[in-house]
Amino acid sequence: MTPSIYQVIHRQEEFAGTFTLRLQVQRKNRTNPPMRFNPGQFNMLYAFGTGESAISFSGLACGRELEGEGSILIHTIRAQGNVTRALECLREGDTLGVRGPFGQGWPLQKAKGKELLIIAGGLGLAPLRPVIYAALEGRLAANKVRLFYGARHPSELLYREELESWAKQIEQEISVDHGDGTWPGHIGVITDPLQAARIDGANTVAFLCGPEIMMRFCIQALLRKGVPASAISLSMERNMKCATGLCGHCQWGPNFICKDGPVFCYEDIRPWLQIRSL
Amino acid sequence: MKTIADLLHEHPFFHGLEECDLQFLASCGENCVYHDGDYLAQENNPANHFFLIRSGRVTVETFVPNRGALCLLTLHGGDIFGWSWLFPPYISAFDARAQGDVRSLRLGGECLRNKCEEDPKLGFELMKRFAKIATERLQSARIQLLDIYGSPSAQSHAT
Ligand SMILES: Cc1cc2nc3c(=O)[nH]c(=O)nc-3n(C[C@H](O)[C@H](O)[C@H](O)COP(=O)(O)OP(=O)(O)OC[C@H]3O[C@@H](n4cnc5c(N)ncnc54)[C@H](O)[C@@H]3O)c2cc1C
Ligand code: FES
Repeated sequence: MTPSIYQVIHRQEEFAGTFTLRLQVQRKNRTNPPMRFNPGQFNMLYAFGTGESAISFSGLACGRELEGEGSILIHTIRAQGNVTRALECLREGDTLGVRGPFGQGWPLQKAKGKELLIIAGGLGLAPLRPVIYAALEGRLAANKVRLFYGARHPSELLYREELESWAKQIEQEISVDHGDGTWPGHIGVITDPLQAARIDGANTVAFLCGPEIMMRFCIQALLRKGVPASAISLSMERNMKCATGLCGHCQWGPNFICKDGPVFCYEDIRPWLQIRSL
Repeated sequence: MKTIADLLHEHPFFHGLEECDLQFLASCGENCVYHDGDYLAQENNPANHFFLIRSGRVTVETFVPNRGALCLLTLHGGDIFGWSWLFPPYISAFDARAQGDVRSLRLGGECLRNKCEEDPKLGFELMKRFAKIATERLQSARIQLLDIYGSPSAQSHAT
């Protein structure tokens, strides 16, 4: 699969080292069908001359098109190494290659008639934002949606303005590891408000994305609250190469994360999550 | 009007405890309200009380010269604060400060110790509950120390 050329039409610095790019397909390709994706899927973004990285969709679910403009893709990226640092240098008007969409997204249908807990840590809010949009637009048949979001510091919260507007419709527990007197919310780890929350385990589904260690502790808290392992989904991140299930680079137990994931049901992957060498 | 035993009954820390045990402990308790900025406890001062927070927000802080009060964690309705009354020298290790109005129950530390000595079965039950919460706080503090949201590359540079 060869990359399509996209142009950066908007760049927003979320906080130092983390930024959101809005991408539009090159003018000559705008007559092609727009890219459609499901929340939780990802693209391979190619910084010319440097390489490719897997980056989740953090924008509008289903690749909402603008009339005759092709699809607009939104990706939130943290500069980590060579590729993501090269992506960080892109400015409005610059171009990059895009391959995708890849992988299996969030099982939105599982939320039907249930309470959906969206549990995000740090950058993990990015792949879950399309789920929040789907909830706000009434496309999830969930009874209720609650967001638990943990970050390092109030200045490192993603989508701050949106968080405020979501609060009108979605109950939120935002927790920062370190905060000062001006931060009105919870200070401590995200597992604390999760542990303190009243949760009707049998009627709850949970979508988790964040550092693996945070997800492990949150899963323990959810299981103690009676949420079944089959109702917990999590997004796993491992290095990718082909993203099409051919090279074996992302193999994890019997799964290829690029093809069978990145979103997995906890019940199916529980044994692999506990093997340290994987 | 609700009695102290009723209020103890409502707090998650005492869920499932026998009514007679709550009545027995109630004489140690009083209902109190703290206003914004009031200290529930102060570092290096006698730790006379065990607090059950009913509503509001409490910051647990330590004072660092040239930096001021650093907040380590916040506590909310349903949380408890303070176990320094359990062990000599009965001195608070941290400040606990109300952020806005806080409604709390506080139980006298010495009174509680005496009750636990008098009724070791109840004492053991309470110790198990303290130990569970202390373990959860320790686990949270360890996760906080790991700085899990930091970039892995920054962390490897730091180590
Ligand atoms: C399915 C999937 C979705 C992703 N979505 C996003 C996203 O929305 N936004 C985003 O910023 N990143 C996302 N990532 C992570 C991103 O792919 C990596 O950070 C990136 O590939 C690193 O490449 P690099 O060349 O910049 O850094 P490298 O030089 O390859 O690595 C720099 C540092 O980052 C660490 N690292 C590399 N890959 C990963 C990874 N997959 N997970 C965690 N740490 C890694 C390395 O161990 C190293 O310490 C996703 C990864 C996957 C697999
Ligand atoms: S990245 Fe090649 S098999 Fe998954």
